[in-house]
Amino acid sequence: METKFRESINKALHNPNLTGALGRFSEAYRISRQKAYEGYDFEALRTQIAERKSYAASHLDELADLFTKNAEARGTKVFRTNDPAKVREYILNLARENGVKSVVKSKSMASEEIHLNKHLEAAGIEVGETDLGEWIVQLAGQTPSHMVMPAIHMSKEEVTTVFNEQVEEGQKPDIPKLVKFARGKLRAKFLNAEMGITGANIAVAETGTLVIVTNEGNARLVTTLPKLHVAIVGIEKLMEKFDDVVPVLTALPKSATAQLMTSYVSMISGPVPNTDGTPKQLHIILMDNRRTEMSQDPKFKQAMQCIRCASCLNVCPVFRLVGGHVFGKVYTGGIGTILTAWFDALKSSDDIQSLCIQCGNCTEVCPGKIDIPGLILELRRRLAVEQGQPLAQKAIFSVVNNRRLFHSMLRAGSLMQKPLQKDGFIRHLPFFLSEMTEFRSLPAIAEVPFRDTFKKIQQPASKEKIAFYAGCLIDFAYPEMGDSLVKILNKAGIEVVFPEGQTCCGAPARYSGAYEVAAQNASDNINALLADDVTYVVSACPTCTAALKQEFIGTFESLGQTGSVPRARELADKVIDFSSLVKKLVDEGRLKFKEGQQLGKITYHDSCHLKRTLHASQPPRDLLTQAGYEIAEMYEADMCCGMGGSYSLKLPEISAPILERKLTNIKNSGAPLAVMDCPGCVMQIRGGLDKQNSTIKVEHTVQRLVDELE
Amino acid sequence: MDAVFDTFKLRAEAVSAEVHRFPHKNEALDFILHYLRDAGVSDAPQAYAVWASCPFLDGVDQKQLSTAMPGLIFDVNREVSAAAKVGISQLDWAIANTGTLVQDAARVDQRLVSTLPLIHIALIRSDRIVPDLPSALAKIRPEQTNYISFITGPSRTADIERVLTIGVHGPEKLIIVFYDVLLDEPGSVN
Repeated sequence: METKFRESINKALHNPNLTGALGRFSEAYRISRQKAYEGYDFEALRTQIAERKSYAASHLDELADLFTKNAEARGTKVFRTNDPAKVREYILNLARENGVKSVVKSKSMASEEIHLNKHLEAAGIEVGETDLGEWIVQLAGQTPSHMVMPAIHMSKEEVTTVFNEQVEEGQKPDIPKLVKFARGKLRAKFLNAEMGITGANIAVAETGTLVIVTNEGNARLVTTLPKLHVAIVGIEKLMEKFDDVVPVLTALPKSATAQLMTSYVSMISGPVPNTDGTPKQLHIILMDNRRTEMSQDPKFKQAMQCIRCASCLNVCPVFRLVGGHVFGKVYTGGIGTILTAWFDALKSSDDIQSLCIQCGNCTEVCPGKIDIPGLILELRRRLAVEQGQPLAQKAIFSVVNNRRLFHSMLRAGSLMQKPLQKDGFIRHLPFFLSEMTEFRSLPAIAEVPFRDTFKKIQQPASKEKIAFYAGCLIDFAYPEMGDSLVKILNKAGIEVVFPEGQTCCGAPARYSGAYEVAAQNASDNINALLADDVTYVVSACPTCTAALKQEFIGTFESLGQTGSVPRARELADKVIDFSSLVKKLVDEGRLKFKEGQQLGKITYHDSCHLKRTLHASQPPRDLLTQAGYEIAEMYEADMCCGMGGSYSLKLPEISAPILERKLTNIKNSGAPLAVMDCPGCVMQIRGGLDKQNSTIKVEHTVQRLVDELE
Repeated sequence: MDAVFDTFKLRAEAVSAEVHRFPHKNEALDFILHYLRDAGVSDAPQAYAVWASCPFLDGVDQKQLSTAMPGLIFDVNREVSAAAKVGISQLDWAIANTGTLVQDAARVDQRLVSTLPLIHIALIRSDRIVPDLPSALAKIRPEQTNYISFITGPSRTADIERVLTIGVHGPEKLIIVFYDVLLDEPGSVN
């Protein structure tokens, strides 16, 4: 990771305006977005968008031809190019031919992508951004920090300073007055400009129509007052039919700004008369800039389904801490990382891809149904292939890949940590490792791992057997969770087997882009877990469960090892998470809770993989309620705790404030006990509360249920 | 009819538009003239009212109106629109579930009077309300016109500290005036 990148993260984290504004926005957005979609079937809507956009992505050439034909038939000039330089040249020539001295622009990310303003200004042409946020950012000499709210990182005081220094002295930090001031100043620019430049939100091939969405009304003025209108349109905006406008225009305002509809929508299908009666010159530039290449990539084709609403930024626990500037390029956030890798260069995404904590929040709200975290992992994989893994990481994975060596090192670690450990916690580590324990205590490595204690557990023999996949944390840090799981299944008359050959689930390797290592882990585990005749393979770690159930298949497919897929599927069919299994056994009457228990208040934290990959947020809540607990829901219960596996080691400066929020929400719930289904979350949250000397206890669901079942 | 009107009114008011409805054109006209007077419209720059030609004006004596209401201009151009306080135009369709007005805006005066002045009075027939976006897009198609405008409430921004502020580049007030039409009246022709 580059030092410059780390510095930009720290700068952002220590900017209270930025983190304050973004934090408040993300909280309000979640609620207002939900309200905007009331009465709509979001799943059906986004399926429709994904299908229509995907169709367009597979027929780009055809649709671009059709659009060109239909637009030109009505007098529009259409210019198609793959090359950003040609776009700039075309506009510059047009400006020269028509004696253009002044240009007004309404928002266009495509123009930002090719740094158009800089080139026009260098040629002596005045360029005025007219979207208020874009204008502020332009005056301040900055870049937008958010696709929809470009100046969200600035306070009204900062905006006032920019206006005073760059436009006219005497402005006060009063928002309505600042807006009035901007209206007055920009009005003169609108009336004087000879050329208007816009982007477009949709380009309809069958009618040659551009759809432009705004709230301020600037696009209406830009397309009305100057005699020349140039629209720069990325070809991902192409859609086949006019009716395709409906789902996009239904979702875009709701996802972008939680509005039912934006104040203005303009649908332009050809030149209209100017204010002096002459016909307007309308030029549409269909810009490719590697979009076709992207649409031909089997993995990244789905990124063409993006409608640029930025909702993936708004729900991201990392974005709300660091904002857009750390991304260093035009496009920001989750989707921005992917677009930067393509429109700029793969290596430009090297640092920024590491910001994704893989919590999956964005996958729940994306109106284009894009698997953004999945694509970021694919970037990681390709970066690792292109540039190789960092040396230290390579060394670690070579150990993880050798089960015996890995396990014996963990055992040795249990002895070496002795001087540092107290009450089962490591609170400080020496030297460079100290960052790991700065904001949370780490659990001590267990003296006897679960794989050894398991052998001593006396189980009643049974015909029905279930295999237990422990995962590293339960095996080596929290063996007591494994003990409880065995006890619970025994109560249901099931014998638990522990296949010795099981090893790391491969998630750490996969999340670092080391897919070969992950594939080796997958093969070892498949061999171990399919060896016995069992009805289920259960895991009490959602990250491991997700790996066994879904990611093994994905890893093999990414590497083209399709021969391994059928066995991976066979395993996947047997895999179940702990709470879903126990819920099933309770529903079947094979497990019974003690009657009439009143166990008091708890709060429940949803682990990312359990909620968003395994979709099992209800079973643990049902079980805990049936046991006799009263659940006091915390605020943002399903927001990531900041653990993210090795993320908390790579980016502790981001992991810590995410955890901080989680701890505050837990405390505010008023419950003396926080329960969750993931040993990783237990490690992060329990460690964080320990550092704060809190009396709130943190437990895995398995620990809370074991004594309440008959 | 009344159910969709109520939905429209609710949605439009939720985005800061004003909604009025009159059983007859004459009452709508009276309302507008009163409004212009109260808004301080006069024959002085920045105080004009510009009214784009529309079916509502069929059978209305424009000369008489201009005399009665100094500063009210029917001959719309860029200069007078930029110096107008109020713009008046007729919209073609209303979408109930979003509170949106839809217009064939290929004629430039349609856009001048609804973008440049501070106040936009939008006239629309009460029988032109459709329930939702798909039904509106079935009525007005790009094959018919080069410029379709959708207007939902006044111009707005939240670009400074996310504080909602009304009236950036477009009107800061949107006054929607519905009028009911009998089929044999002038102005009832589509």
